[in-house]
Amino acid sequence: MSGARVGVVTFPGTLDDQDAARAVRLAGAEPVPLWHADHDLKGVDAVFLPGGFSYGDYLRCGAISRFAPLMDELIPAARSGLPVLGTCNGFQILCEAHLLPGALTRNASLHYVCRDQGIRVVNNRTAWTRDFEQGQDIVLPVKHGEGRYVASDETLAELESTGRVVFRYLGGNPNGSLNDIAGITNETGTIVGLMPHPEHAVEELVGAPSTDGRAFFTSILKKLVNA
Amino acid sequence: MARVIVDVMLKPEILDPQGQAIARALPRLGFEGVGAVRQGKRFEIELDGPADEAALADVRKMAETLLANTVIEDYAVHVEG
Repeated sequence: MSGARVGVVTFPGTLDDQDAARAVRLAGAEPVPLWHADHDLKGVDAVFLPGGFSYGDYLRCGAISRFAPLMDELIPAARSGLPVLGTCNGFQILCEAHLLPGALTRNASLHYVCRDQGIRVVNNRTAWTRDFEQGQDIVLPVKHGEGRYVASDETLAELESTGRVVFRYLGGNPNGSLNDIAGITNETGTIVGLMPHPEHAVEELVGAPSTDGRAFFTSILKKLVNA
Repeated sequence: MARVIVDVMLKPEILDPQGQAIARALPRLGFEGVGAVRQGKRFEIELDGPADEAALADVRKMAETLLANTVIEDYAVHVEG
């Protein structure tokens, strides 16, 4: 289970890239730092877009990151099947880049929410969730002020009818997301975006609420190694 | 030289909790008779040349590309003055 290389992107204002790289390494893959200003994906097998406040969240969360030089390479590669996981700000960037439909808006409560959050895995067929059971309940940290998933009625109906909702909030919706949506995927299940943070839930030592985040990384590793 | 204004507003069907919070605050400050508030963004774009059709088409492209996320927001362009 070695040899898989997972790129971890750093924009100005990214916060979670070190945890993301560590989670990739713990799963047995090689994390490869990718820099926003480079036109170079360094031949990675998959990409992790971590959370934070890229470009200070100026204009809209992810709106400026979407035009970073690296994204000129990442967007076509992702459309051609490169697996991409975006968490929190990474999810916002995927939506702004139109790699995933819909958008993330201000939490309905207007409060920044930071807590351990129950989540149900409702699609374990994506590249990033195959090591979960279908319907498995997990706990991951959430920490965001703009995580309310919205989409047009048509888009929402399509996501629901085609099984592209991947995660739903359990035990209280932290942000007012439509249909309690915590994460979604693209048509082929290669691109996944979610507001919760799997990279913060891989080690008991740091007081994480669970190690449920590990399965994201073992999922992609198995897919890459078996590909 | 011309100044072009781009107003960006959340689409009517998108919840605007910030606007709602402002609407709730106004009566506490003694302002009566406000039914609802929606909050948006205003961009003032200074053009080097005149605001002719070509320049306005460019501004609309800016709005579509960057200033607004048309998944959740509407925009309106007008020339000031």
